[in-house]
Amino acid sequence: MTAQEWKFTSKDIANKPELFLSGHRACAGCAPATVLRLVMKATRGPTIVTEATGCMEVVSSIYPYTSWATPWLHTAFETAAANASGIEAALKILKKKGRISQEHVDVIAIAGDGGTFDIGFQALSGAVERGHDFLFLLYDNEAYMNTGIQRSGGTPHGAATTTSPAGRAIPGKLEYKKPLADIMVAHNMEYVATASPYYWKDLITKVRKGLEVEGPAFLHVFAPCPRGWRSNPAKSIEYSKLAVETCIFPVWEAVNGEYSLSIPSKVLSLAPQRKKPVSEYLKGQGRFRHLFRPENKKLLEEIQNITDKRWQKLLKKCNLP
Amino acid sequence: MLSKVDQKMMALAGDQAVAYAAKQSDVDVVAAYPITPQTIIVEKFSEYVANGEVETEFVCTESEHSAMTASLAASVTGARAFTATASAGLALMHEMLFVTSGCRAPVVMAIANRALSAPLNIHGDHSDSMAQRDSGWIQMYAENSQEAYDSIIQAFKIGENTNVLLPVMVGLDGFTLSHTLENVLTFSDEFVHEFIGTRKIPDVLTHEAKKSPFKLDPKNPMTMGPIALQNYYFEFKRQQEEAMKNAIEIIKDVNNKFADLSGRKYGNGLVEDYKLDDAEIAAICLGSTAGTMKTVIDELRATGTKAGLLRIRTFRPFPSEDIISALKNVKAVAVMDKSMSFGGNGGPAYHEVRHVLYDLPSKPFVVNYIYGLGGRDTSPVQLKTIYIDLQQILKTQTVKEPIKYLGLRQ
Repeated sequence: MTAQEWKFTSKDIANKPELFLSGHRACAGCAPATVLRLVMKATRGPTIVTEATGCMEVVSSIYPYTSWATPWLHTAFETAAANASGIEAALKILKKKGRISQEHVDVIAIAGDGGTFDIGFQALSGAVERGHDFLFLLYDNEAYMNTGIQRSGGTPHGAATTTSPAGRAIPGKLEYKKPLADIMVAHNMEYVATASPYYWKDLITKVRKGLEVEGPAFLHVFAPCPRGWRSNPAKSIEYSKLAVETCIFPVWEAVNGEYSLSIPSKVLSLAPQRKKPVSEYLKGQGRFRHLFRPENKKLLEEIQNITDKRWQKLLKKCNLP
Repeated sequence: MLSKVDQKMMALAGDQAVAYAAKQSDVDVVAAYPITPQTIIVEKFSEYVANGEVETEFVCTESEHSAMTASLAASVTGARAFTATASAGLALMHEMLFVTSGCRAPVVMAIANRALSAPLNIHGDHSDSMAQRDSGWIQMYAENSQEAYDSIIQAFKIGENTNVLLPVMVGLDGFTLSHTLENVLTFSDEFVHEFIGTRKIPDVLTHEAKKSPFKLDPKNPMTMGPIALQNYYFEFKRQQEEAMKNAIEIIKDVNNKFADLSGRKYGNGLVEDYKLDDAEIAAICLGSTAGTMKTVIDELRATGTKAGLLRIRTFRPFPSEDIISALKNVKAVAVMDKSMSFGGNGGPAYHEVRHVLYDLPSKPFVVNYIYGLGGRDTSPVQLKTIYIDLQQILKTQTVKEPIKYLGLRQ
């Protein structure tokens, strides 16, 4: 069964045994935890998960407890993709030598934005170049949240973090978010996609598609963090929706380098009037509060401009007007 | 000692001998990255893979950090994993060395021992592996290419022993051994397979007191490499120390079994003594220097000097008891270090040897010679001066200079 054919209902998903179990120590309103639960609903058989050091790793594996009902490995911060390389290589040869009984075992490497954009990028790029059969899942909460909200290569322009504070001289992070999913497309991967937990069916389908690729696949999932974003914990999923509706975080797929918008973003390309201004998304988030001060009006406009430019560029890649 | 098995003489450089041993050890995964003077190991192994001579997944990683990580991950998935590095590569692995031993993954790694930068230097000394002596790895140092070959085979049997489950690094001196052709007696593949056996995965108890294999197994999900805080971390570390203690007997046992079959014995597996029984003065060293030292001792013995040598083959676990007993009749000892512990008053081997002798009611004089850094040649003539110094110490019963630099431009 391929993902295209894999039709599932809410009931199917609800009835599927949980592999990421409750009882973990994630904060109230943690979108990454929701993302992981959804991701594990998309598995298609025996699956080994490996995680980089980060929020989801520490909240799910505090010895002697675990939230993982599937084999799980953590080694270090920058190593998710290298872990996956070793696991996949071992599975391949052990199967060949008849020392494991499973016909196939899927490997999912999970890392946050720090473990993907920054410290784990070399290992990721190397593992993809070598063509290991694994899905790399990036849950992007846009800063080093586990250590107390420090900026990463995934932190957006203008956001205040503890290492890019909004001060009297500098209004938050000056640099722009690294276009990581595009960089992964440039690795000539068979499957790269972005997803948001608000559109959970889209997310689950993309995880399944990534698993079905024979080789590396990359999924960039948007994952609000109320602690780090200084936002209302009840609104994490709402922000996941607004990020797509404002084109801050469009959802798309690139299959063998061919870009196409996924439905939630495609709708906006067909009906541009439904595209919301970025301020709708930015307001209410403490990390962007300073942008709404009169002296930062230009910065707010700049964010709108950049978002529009990136959106236009994406439309072009998708061969859309 | 006679060999009970057929062996074939091959002309191999140390690196080639290591690659050949890994080939014969039925390694499942090799994840490695090239660095001088280890390159021949990965090149040779790549050839075996390219020619279909091995059933091994070869992962040519983008860094040593990933090489160690992938080896570790393969090992906890149930595979036999091997890698090799040197110098800066080992330094880059530093973080993952601790994770590997902490995960109790019995990865075997060859180290073509080389100096650390700066200044950049590609030649042999022990700075690289000595800097990793507290990383929880078993550490062995080979005297020659034959021993490098034999030690790699033994390392799998030692590390994978379920009472040990520790990674093992086998050092061979960069260039002196790694690139120097020697006659090496090799076994048949069948013998090596049988000697090491297939990797056994021990069972551990789950929270429900059920037995579960200690690996990533979809049938028995286990969380490996968790976070353990103030309430549990300490116990994990204490268990690693226990495993190191267990390794002492296992290393001796493997050395004996190996000797019985091959006819080759490396002391008791931990230390090897040379003309030490009646020696009044002795040197202690690691690695290839021992070979030169033995010649020097023979010359000294011919003129009536009661000189001996103790070679530390296994530096971790540190063979404290064996050193005490080997030195019981010796009156003055020179410990030789091919690395430095800056500001530490002497090199690491010196520190540890002095430490184990401290509680003895009567102790020999113990002095330190730091030598051979960055591949600086150490001649037999220079080595002889060590014994002359020791004789002087005995004669005057005083140590004028406890730490000396041998062959250093003054």
